[in-house]
Amino acid sequence: MSLVLNEEQKLLKASAADFARKESPLSRVRALRDSDDELGFSRELWASMAALGWPAILVPEQYGGLGLGLTEICCVIEELGRNLVPEPLLSNALLGSAAIIEAGSEEQKSRLLPAVADGSGLVALAWQERKTRYDPAVIEASASPSGGGWTLEGEKVLVWDGHVADVLVVSARTSGAPGDRDGVSLFLVDKGAAGLKITRQQTMDLRNAAVLRFDSVELDSDSLLGTEGEGLAPLQAIIDRATLGLCAEMMGSAEAVFAMTLDYLKTREQFGVVIGSFQALKHRAALIFIELELSRSALMGACEAVDAAADDVAEKISTAKARLSGTAVLAAYEGLQMHGGVGMTDEHDIGFYLKRARAAELSFGDAAWHRDRFATLQGL
Amino acid sequence: MPDIEQFRVDCAAWLEENCPDSMRWEGPKAGDGTIGEMLAWGGRKADWSKNPDARVWLDRMAEKGWTAPTWPREYGGGGLDKDEGRVLGQELARLKAMPPLAGFGLTMIGPLLVDHGTEEQKKRFLPEICRGEIRWCQGYSEPNSGSDLASLATRAELDGDDWVLNGQKVWTSYADLADWMFCLVRTDTESKHGGITFILFDMDDPGITVRPIPLISGYSPFCETFIENVRVPRDQVVGGVNNGWTMAKALLGHERSMISSAFSERGSVNRLVELAREYLPGEDGRIGDAHSRDSVVALTMDKACLDLTIRRTGEAAKLGQQPGPETSIFKYYATELNKARYSLMVSLLGPQALGWEGEGFEEGELEITREWLRSRGNSIEGGTSEIQLNIIAKRVLGLPD
Repeated sequence: MSLVLNEEQKLLKASAADFARKESPLSRVRALRDSDDELGFSRELWASMAALGWPAILVPEQYGGLGLGLTEICCVIEELGRNLVPEPLLSNALLGSAAIIEAGSEEQKSRLLPAVADGSGLVALAWQERKTRYDPAVIEASASPSGGGWTLEGEKVLVWDGHVADVLVVSARTSGAPGDRDGVSLFLVDKGAAGLKITRQQTMDLRNAAVLRFDSVELDSDSLLGTEGEGLAPLQAIIDRATLGLCAEMMGSAEAVFAMTLDYLKTREQFGVVIGSFQALKHRAALIFIELELSRSALMGACEAVDAAADDVAEKISTAKARLSGTAVLAAYEGLQMHGGVGMTDEHDIGFYLKRARAAELSFGDAAWHRDRFATLQGL
Repeated sequence: MPDIEQFRVDCAAWLEENCPDSMRWEGPKAGDGTIGEMLAWGGRKADWSKNPDARVWLDRMAEKGWTAPTWPREYGGGGLDKDEGRVLGQELARLKAMPPLAGFGLTMIGPLLVDHGTEEQKKRFLPEICRGEIRWCQGYSEPNSGSDLASLATRAELDGDDWVLNGQKVWTSYADLADWMFCLVRTDTESKHGGITFILFDMDDPGITVRPIPLISGYSPFCETFIENVRVPRDQVVGGVNNGWTMAKALLGHERSMISSAFSERGSVNRLVELAREYLPGEDGRIGDAHSRDSVVALTMDKACLDLTIRRTGEAAKLGQQPGPETSIFKYYATELNKARYSLMVSLLGPQALGWEGEGFEEGELEITREWLRSRGNSIEGGTSEIQLNIIAKRVLGLPD
């Protein structure tokens, strides 16, 4: 294992960079917003990504996937993050289908994963509720036994790309109270299930999410994913790896917003000189650069730990998310400040980065939350 | 067995046989003093009475040429290739052996002479350096030349076959214990950077006066050195007259990497955890105060990210990639982190950090207070943090002057 990409990983990253540059300039994200696009992304572009094999990266080979590691998908997600590409790669590969790979039976995997791998099927993970904050055990949605199957009640929010998913993986209590470590179960729910209402949510960062309302939704016995009441451990493992995927996206976005800022510092003139010659700005730019380098190390260190199944995976992921949360927001805040008034205008792209940086920071735990988790893991 | 593995076996056996027990270091204990005090610096004024084993260890290693393992044998080095040198380092680390010899001779002026010295200079100085017989100090900074080092004004004027030196150096670490100085002097006032010469002289030469500079921490390795009509033979110039800035830049790189690696070695952040648990005990071994816990974890994570960055750079270098711009962040970040660590340690100790000396305070507490004060200079010496940020802005980010 290594903190440096190998040749295959570099090639994959370069092809993703090339794709993002050619197929998804920021103007496309802006156009999706301005046209009130009902999907919030492009099916056509998603098909192109599927043709490149990206949704298949984490799917095992026997189900039509590529069977690669987290480092590989992070390479792709980072490059897409540079241009804030909204297609549902992270939600599908690292949340929805990841749950099936992590907890599914042989029959469930054979039935669902081939469509995930070729991009024709989208799976979303519904784990958050209004008061969950970052703990997946704090849920009230419930599934009670009913005629050999289950009846699902409750509400899920911020289900990433839940508005287009064909299959939803839903966490619900089969016993216990919100916060209990036992009693969480995972279920597969079809998007067309009777009693399920899916409503798209509008978020500040132009990503796509949905509220799911379950009103006595009847599920078959084979819709249970994994073991009844023991869904929290796989759920936490999935969320951890998705957290790292999000870190990769934040890495790409933060580098992009910094590149945009550096470019501005080198071209914008005031007092007859470029503003990048002012030491007050130079030092702040250098500090952002330092944070970016440390962030990349934290990201690579955590990817290495996951792919090597190291003992301290959770600590490494918390270290990465804490660092990236700080860096992404710093790069966006400082970038906007250095752009001056033009940075505040909707016409300039930097606002998109700032909104996405904070949305990403507040997803899967912010820096303070991850420091607290690290302390708990280490018994501090 | 491949040669290198045979070398490892032989090397391990020799070290096991020859490294005295007291030179195997299990980590900091109360009463050890600072790492600087524990290391063997050699030189004519060395005091070996505290630990005679240190002398034994030095002499045995020097005889093998292993104080400078990769230098040529003819100059007192070990003549090892890169791989053998790495194996030796690994085996020393495995034994937790103290370095047999420390100081600017091995880390700074020696490597410079290997690269740029005349044959005569190499034969004269390198064997003495390897055997720890002369200790060196660095004469760079002057009262009016700190961050703007190239403005230095100590004059050297040619008189016959000698340069005659006049001026004052400051922040000369261990000048009071050193035998020789490598020094930057002005040989041409017309050109700022192009008028500097790198020169060596004996600290016992007539005309040199050394005065220690006590720091806020109460002790100090630093001195000011007064240079009055000191005569230095022409053959003690290194790298040619008016070529001193080039030599200095090569050495500053050594110094910065040495400072950051020193902090990287000693930065056992577990010490923060130990102190937090001792002074702010909570239930079940946890830290009793939420804010302190957060601060301890934040610095633990910072340290982990720095270590990963050092490792990442090393791995990239092994793959033949040129050391990237990320190396420029080490001096800045390692020293700022060290300052933050000591500042937090003082907070964790609370009122027990108020001691200066004497009754009522443990030795470890007094040491933390002194080290905290000393750490405030980390981001000043060896190129201030502000200078490091300037370098990153200019060389890495390409921001204009």
